[in-house]
Amino acid sequence: MKTQDFISPQKEATQSREIVLEIINLYKSFSDNHVLNGFNMKLFKGENLVIMGKSGSGKSVMIKCLVGLMNADKGSIYLMQNELSLLNQETLDHLRADIGFLFQGSALYDSMTVRENLEFPLRRHQNRFSGEFDTEALVLEALKDVGLEHTLDLLPAELSGGMQRRVALARTLILRPKVILYDEPTSGLDPITAKEIILLIQEMQKKFDTSSLIITHDVDCARVISDRMILLIDGINYAQGTFKELSKSDDPKIMAFFKH
Amino acid sequence: MFSINTITAPLKAFLIEIGELSNFVGRFFSEVFKKPYEIKELIRQCYNMGNKSLLLVSITGFIIGLVLTLQTRPTLMEFGAESWMPSMVGISIVREIGPMITALVCAGRIGSGIGAELGSMRVTEQIDAMEVSGTNPFKYLVVTRVLAVTLMLPLLVIIGDMVGLYGSFLVENIKGHVSFQLFFNQVFNSLEFGDIIPATIKSFFFGFAIGIVGCFKGYNCNKGTASVGQAANSSVVFASLLLFVLDFVAVFVTDIFFDL
Repeated sequence: MKTQDFISPQKEATQSREIVLEIINLYKSFSDNHVLNGFNMKLFKGENLVIMGKSGSGKSVMIKCLVGLMNADKGSIYLMQNELSLLNQETLDHLRADIGFLFQGSALYDSMTVRENLEFPLRRHQNRFSGEFDTEALVLEALKDVGLEHTLDLLPAELSGGMQRRVALARTLILRPKVILYDEPTSGLDPITAKEIILLIQEMQKKFDTSSLIITHDVDCARVISDRMILLIDGINYAQGTFKELSKSDDPKIMAFFKH
Repeated sequence: MFSINTITAPLKAFLIEIGELSNFVGRFFSEVFKKPYEIKELIRQCYNMGNKSLLLVSITGFIIGLVLTLQTRPTLMEFGAESWMPSMVGISIVREIGPMITALVCAGRIGSGIGAELGSMRVTEQIDAMEVSGTNPFKYLVVTRVLAVTLMLPLLVIIGDMVGLYGSFLVENIKGHVSFQLFFNQVFNSLEFGDIIPATIKSFFFGFAIGIVGCFKGYNCNKGTASVGQAANSSVVFASLLLFVLDFVAVFVTDIFFDL
């Protein structure tokens, strides 16, 4: 099935920028369940790309293949122009520091305090910071960015869902990644907290000048945050364009996403 | 209706599990000598497993010593052989009862703890988060835990043996007015290196078995909270069975080398 492209030629021309992530013809199945059937995607530098799909459409599978947490059956994945399948573990670990990942359920280490959670990624990637390396200052700065500097010595279980998501975002940002992958950043949160998280993500993107790939089924999140969107339907990128362009489509499959 | 599948299916599943466990053990040995060594985490795990199991192991050892002496005493008295009590209790506790009971107690306390902890980390994507941050989760979580149990179990066995012998002495002292010096002189006179060395060596194997089974079950836990419980439960069951098999092998080998 061919992708319905809603992007105008002028916009396509402006997108001849550096590609930071690329997926070519990705296939993934679980027994007889064909989740991805030739998915393609490019993320450009500085862009906020939202991938929308229904629950179980393979969004999380795709993002896990992208960072090497899951092996694809077929297809190529390029992280900063490096093909994932050709990377050795050391290079992959090094590259992973450039790619932040915000997990759906925050995935904070529950046996560690907030401070230890933020210090954890720094242990392996101290060489990313030139000159004097002050872990304490970096942790405090990251927590201040998300407005939670008072939670330093609390355990994740002592935080609310929204606070956990903020701490997880601080942990993702502490290594100053070039690209951030968000897996359902607003799922499980009430509408007000979800809005706060969306605004925080936007604020952090401006501050750190990152490119973002956001996986979501939250239309409000997509409207606020996206520069460009891909609709993942039947395992392929069924349609792509801006939120405005896609929301005007008369294709029933696309319309289903924008109906409230 | 009976079919050949009812026999072959569980057998096949069992053999697959044994194969996967062997693979897991192989991975442990390939990772254990590689840097980084995660010494801080190893010490933390040794403290958690050793120190926090001490009270349980001591109470169990003490009661086993008491009960063994109380129940054996009348029989030995019938033959006028109560003077053999310290030797008999010493050899039984050091050779067999001490290592086995301590290992079973630790399989319950430590094995299930590891299975549940790693299972929960798998389900809540904490292991994935660790991998994405560039830390090798196998090295950080599995290698440290397996090494910690392997190192701590022999120490716990020695302490359990000593407390068990003390429990036995108390009964002898109360019922037979045997002095502390006389009791322990008889115990140590009857013990040989052939009793102590094999028991200590097999304790290392017991510890390794508890750690590797707990980690295997937890690390490969499926999604869902129910599977965390299953991981904890099957860690204890599988490790306990493995302990009996290892004990049989240990006795068999000891018989060859030490001529029991």
